[in-house]
Amino acid sequence: MAARGTRGAGTRDAGRPCFRIIDHTADLGIEVTGRDLAELFAHAAQAMFQLIARGRGRGPVTTQRLTVTGQDPADLLVNWLRELLYQWSGRERLLVAVTVLSVADHAIYADIATEPYQPASQRILHEIKAVTYHRIAVVPIPTGFKATIIFDV
Amino acid sequence: MEIKQIDAYRWELPARGAMRVPGRVYTSAAMLEMLRREEALTQVANVAQLPGILTASLAMPDIHWGYGFPIGGVAAFDWQQGVVSPGGVGYDINCGVRLAATGLEAMSLGGSLQALVDALFHEIPSGVGASGSVRLTVAEEKRVLREGSRWAVRQGFGEAGDIETTEDGGCLAGADPEVISPRALERGRKQLGTLGSGNHFLEVGVVEKIYDDTAARVFGLYPGQVTVLLHSGSRGFGYQVCDDFLAFMNQHVRTLPIQLPDRQLACAMIQSQAGQRYLAAMACAANYAWANRQILLHRTREVFQRVLGMGPRQLDMRLVYDVCHNIAKKEQHLVEDRPRWVCVHRKGATRAFGPGHPDLCAAYRSVGQPILIPGDMGTASYVMAGTPVAMAETFGSTCHGAGRVLSRKAAKKQSRGRAIHRELEDRGILVRWTGRATLAEEMPDAYKDIDAVVDVVHGAGISKKVAKLRPMAVVKG
Repeated sequence: MAARGTRGAGTRDAGRPCFRIIDHTADLGIEVTGRDLAELFAHAAQAMFQLIARGRGRGPVTTQRLTVTGQDPADLLVNWLRELLYQWSGRERLLVAVTVLSVADHAIYADIATEPYQPASQRILHEIKAVTYHRIAVVPIPTGFKATIIFDV
Repeated sequence: MEIKQIDAYRWELPARGAMRVPGRVYTSAAMLEMLRREEALTQVANVAQLPGILTASLAMPDIHWGYGFPIGGVAAFDWQQGVVSPGGVGYDINCGVRLAATGLEAMSLGGSLQALVDALFHEIPSGVGASGSVRLTVAEEKRVLREGSRWAVRQGFGEAGDIETTEDGGCLAGADPEVISPRALERGRKQLGTLGSGNHFLEVGVVEKIYDDTAARVFGLYPGQVTVLLHSGSRGFGYQVCDDFLAFMNQHVRTLPIQLPDRQLACAMIQSQAGQRYLAAMACAANYAWANRQILLHRTREVFQRVLGMGPRQLDMRLVYDVCHNIAKKEQHLVEDRPRWVCVHRKGATRAFGPGHPDLCAAYRSVGQPILIPGDMGTASYVMAGTPVAMAETFGSTCHGAGRVLSRKAAKKQSRGRAIHRELEDRGILVRWTGRATLAEEMPDAYKDIDAVVDVVHGAGISKKVAKLRPMAVVKG
C-alpha cells in the first residue's frame, strides 16, 4: 500500500461519527473509515479517545510530535494507537486534537495536542487495556480506507 | 468447523492442515451451539498450530472468543522445544481470585451489610485508573516485583498464613525487574492496592451449599458462613508488560520459521533470550498481582473490623486460597506416561492440581487444590477441588468463571430501560459500582449459566464441587 496523506483531523469539533462499534464477545471492536490513510489514522485516534472518556477539559493543552513505525499499515495502526493510549494510561492525558503530517506504509508523523484528565468535567467511559492485533485490518474501500480494531477492555 | 463428540462433556477438533495436535473442548451440547456462532473454536485450532504444543489445544466450558488464544484456553508447550506467547497469557497477567472465609454467620450481619458494602466501596479504590493507597519508590516497586505477596505481608498487609494458601506462595520464581520498561514501572507505581474496573469485583457472600463434606472441612467452609471473594489482577503494570512484549515479539517472530495464523499469537522459543525475558517480566507482573490482592484483602479485613466493631480474632477472616487465571508456568506433567517439563499457558483458566501434588500446601494436599469459580454478580460462585483426572487430561487445569455470552454492546442494549441494581436488590444482593457502563456490561444476562459451566467440569471429572456461594453484596469497579 503506497497511499500518502497529509490531512489533519481535530477531535474536539468533529461533527460526524467516524467509527462504529462492532460486536465482540469479550472486548470492544470498532470500524473506522477515512478518505485517505491520514484521515483514517486521525479518525482511529479520535474514536479511541471517544471510547475512553467524554466531556471537555479545561486544563493546559500541550502539543508534541510523534513518530511511530510499523511493519505494514495494520501494524502501524496498532503501534500508533498504542502510543496514543499511553498518553492516557501512563500520563492521564486525553487527546484534544491530532494532525497527521504524513503517513505511509511503515511510518506516521503527527502532532498531537493533549490535556490532563479532569474528573470534575470529564467522565471515563471504558478502561481500554490495550490495542490488540486480533482481526486488525486496514483495507482500501471505494471511498478511501477502512480499519477494524479490537481493544482489550 | 468439524467437531466430533467424544462423550457427554468432551468434543474433539481433529488435527487438520497446520494443526500439530487436535483441539479438545470441554463443554455441553447446549453450550457448544453457542460456541459455533463465534470464532472461539477457530482460535482453539490456531493455538494447535504453535511449535512444541503437546497433547491437545484445550478449551474449558467457559471458553469464549478472545484475541489470539481463546478465553478459557489451556495449552502446554515442551520446555525445551516449545514457545511462550504473551497472547496466551493475556494482558491482565495473573488476573485471579482469592476467597476468604470468616468466623461470621450471615444471620449475624443483620443490618450491617449496607454499611459494610458502603465502607468497602469507599475505602477500596476501584474504577478506571484508580490510584492506590500504597505509594512506591522505584526501588520498592522492584521489591514488589521480585517478592509478590511476601513483600505485602512484610509491610504489614496481612498475615504469614496468607502466603501458605496462595498459589505458588504468592511469588513466582524468576522475576527480573531489570527487563521491565520504564512505562510499565511508571504505571505500576500508582496502582498497587486497587481493584480495577470491568469484571473485577469484591463480593461479600455466604456459603449456601456443601457438596463435599470432607473437602469443605479441610478448606474451612460451612453452611451459612460469610465469605469474601476478590477478583483483580496486575492492573496497568501487567497490561503494559504484555503490550511491550507483544510489540517486541511481533518483530521477533519474523526471524523464526513460524507461520502464525493470527498476529496476536506472536511468540518466542522458551529457551531463547526473548522467551526467557518475557517469562522474567511475566513473573514480575504475576508477583505484582499477588501483592495487589494481598493488600486488597488486608483493606477488606480492616473495613470489616471497623464497621462490625470487632477484633481480628473474632472476625477470623482467613484466606482459603488465591488462584491465578492468566499465566504461563513451568510445571512437570506426565505426557504419554513420561514426566516432562512443560510451559502451561492458562488464559482464563485455573490450575486444578489433584490430591497429593507436592506443590500444594500441606493443609490441602489430601483433598486437592481449592479452585475458585466466580459466577456473575447475580447468581452464585463455586469452590471446587482439583482431581487426578485434571492431572491426566488437562495439565492440571479447569475453568475460571462463567464466561461471557453477550458482547458489551449487546449487554448494554439488553439493559436499556432496566435498573440492574434494583433487579439485584430484589434478589437480595446489594451492589455499589464506579463505572457508568459497568453494571449494564456486567449484568447477569451477559454471562453463561455458571451452574452449567461447573456441571461440565464436575461431570468430566477435571474438578469436583465442594461448595456453592451466594452473593449478598458486590462492589464493582
